[in-house]
Amino acid sequence: MILRLLARRPVLLALALVVAFALPWLIYPPVAMDIAAWALFAVAVDLLLGYGGLLSFGHAAFWGTSAYTTGLIALHTGLPFPVAIVGGALAAAVLAVPIGYLSVRLSGIYFAMVTLAFAQMIYFIVNQWRDVTGGENGLQGIPRELFGLDLSDPFLFYYAGLPFVLVGLLVAWRIVRSPFGQVLMSIRDNPSRARALGYPVDRYRLLAFVLSAALAGLGGGVFAISHGFASLHDVYWTTSGQAVMMVVLGGIGTLWGAVLGAALIVSLNDYLATAGFEETGIITGLIFVVIVLLFRKGLWGTARDLTAARSGRHRPAAVPDPPSSASSSERLDQVAERSGR
Amino acid sequence: MTGAILAARGLAKEFRGFRAVDGVDLDVAEGSVHALVGPNGAGKTTLFNLLTGFLPPTAGTITLGRRDLTGRRPEEVARAGLARSFQITSLFPQMTVRRHLELALAGPTGLGWRFWRSDKALRRFAGRADELLDQVGLLGFADQAAGTLAYGRKRALELALALSLDPKVLLLDEPTAGMGAEDVDRTVELVRRVRTGRTVVMVEHNMNVVASLADRVTVLQAGRVLVEGPYAEIRHDPRVISAYLGDPDAHR
Repeated sequence: MILRLLARRPVLLALALVVAFALPWLIYPPVAMDIAAWALFAVAVDLLLGYGGLLSFGHAAFWGTSAYTTGLIALHTGLPFPVAIVGGALAAAVLAVPIGYLSVRLSGIYFAMVTLAFAQMIYFIVNQWRDVTGGENGLQGIPRELFGLDLSDPFLFYYAGLPFVLVGLLVAWRIVRSPFGQVLMSIRDNPSRARALGYPVDRYRLLAFVLSAALAGLGGGVFAISHGFASLHDVYWTTSGQAVMMVVLGGIGTLWGAVLGAALIVSLNDYLATAGFEETGIITGLIFVVIVLLFRKGLWGTARDLTAARSGRHRPAAVPDPPSSASSSERLDQVAERSGR
Repeated sequence: MTGAILAARGLAKEFRGFRAVDGVDLDVAEGSVHALVGPNGAGKTTLFNLLTGFLPPTAGTITLGRRDLTGRRPEEVARAGLARSFQITSLFPQMTVRRHLELALAGPTGLGWRFWRSDKALRRFAGRADELLDQVGLLGFADQAAGTLAYGRKRALELALALSLDPKVLLLDEPTAGMGAEDVDRTVELVRRVRTGRTVVMVEHNMNVVASLADRVTVLQAGRVLVEGPYAEIRHDPRVISAYLGDPDAHR
């Protein structure tokens, strides 16, 4: 009964907003900000994975590029931090154009590997370009300038950073439920059919890639301002991996699941770190394995199926399952195979 | 008879040394129903994939009207007015039947790029979508998810999708494959209804279907054109009979 009430969209949304605004009262404010930034990052990855059927294993390139760009703008121009964050997100989107152009033709594991390779190139560049990025030291002392307001208190800054995340999440929600989102999902389900209807599949995937990168960048910018520094860790492959893990944990193709996954992993990492436990990867990895084995659709996907089954409602057609396994290249192989018999 | 609307010259496709299509010339007259037949492995489906851009040809040219379509991508071919249906039913399983049509109709308008608008904007095509669904007898299923349709109805949706592009030439890949007699009759009726004002090219195994629909038939064997002509002429051609039944001398 309560579950069913909670599953209704306006109730759910109101509840989520209440939690989002109450979060720094409940937990350590910098951790609350981390959760929000990572939630946006994970949603960006889910936009591409859950709705475009493309698993990017190199999204740290966009998160990190934005973190550095945001930091550089804030450090060197003294502009207000919102300008720096928007600049960072734009830089991530611009970077996504060539990387996306070269990788969206591929799918499945090849797409994942190529995006990973590009992200490693970005890591290399950031590491080598010491004069600008500070190399292994990273960018230190990124200011939080906002028209002379004192935002040094993490509790206050949370409310300055949260709007960026909320706008980002709203944009992701809009994209998924737009005509573009419908085309994107149809491409995910059946690229050959979408082509035969006249949709240029690669260009649609490229736009999805760029939008996803911009959202990841928005999160990365908030993260950099919140921490006051940008480090090599932001562009490292484990950062990409963590975002993917959040999505899978929460439920692919649900958006809400990505937020939930981010909240879980960030708080778990924080809990283990404060408890003095250093090998956090063992615990998060273990939880990940258990959840993936027990709930194939992730936490959110499973919960949604359960409440839908209880109330006996059909799921709306707009809510997709995880992407179908056959990729476009596989499908074309099938075409070639059939023809060559 | 008017001139050819779809023409292929010397079309060939080689897979690792195997010539699946080997120098095919094809002229499809405007307004006609043209059937491609032949035994398994004759290269019908390869030819189909070449014509629609799903495979790039190794050699040869394809023209639609005066437009050269050689080496064009599938989405460009579709936009140029050459729409196809798929042999293996190829739909978006969770999407409603009506939404399939709305999406197909929205393609040329560029609405598909609007990521900042609500997907309710697609409903402006609902009227035309329902007309098309009515035409293929699916109006009663418009709100159902495509994945839940019965086989014959999925094929009807395939046809409606191809029709929604208002193509100059409609290519049907085995429209009756795997159907029971009743569905076959219904499909023949359907093709007859939608062919007016259009050119149809179909790959078809069922000779009754070919007999009742096709104006001209091209018989393929081993990637080449064996015979071409009206059905009444080719059905008694000894080369066609031996291609289908096997060369009697070969089994001696």
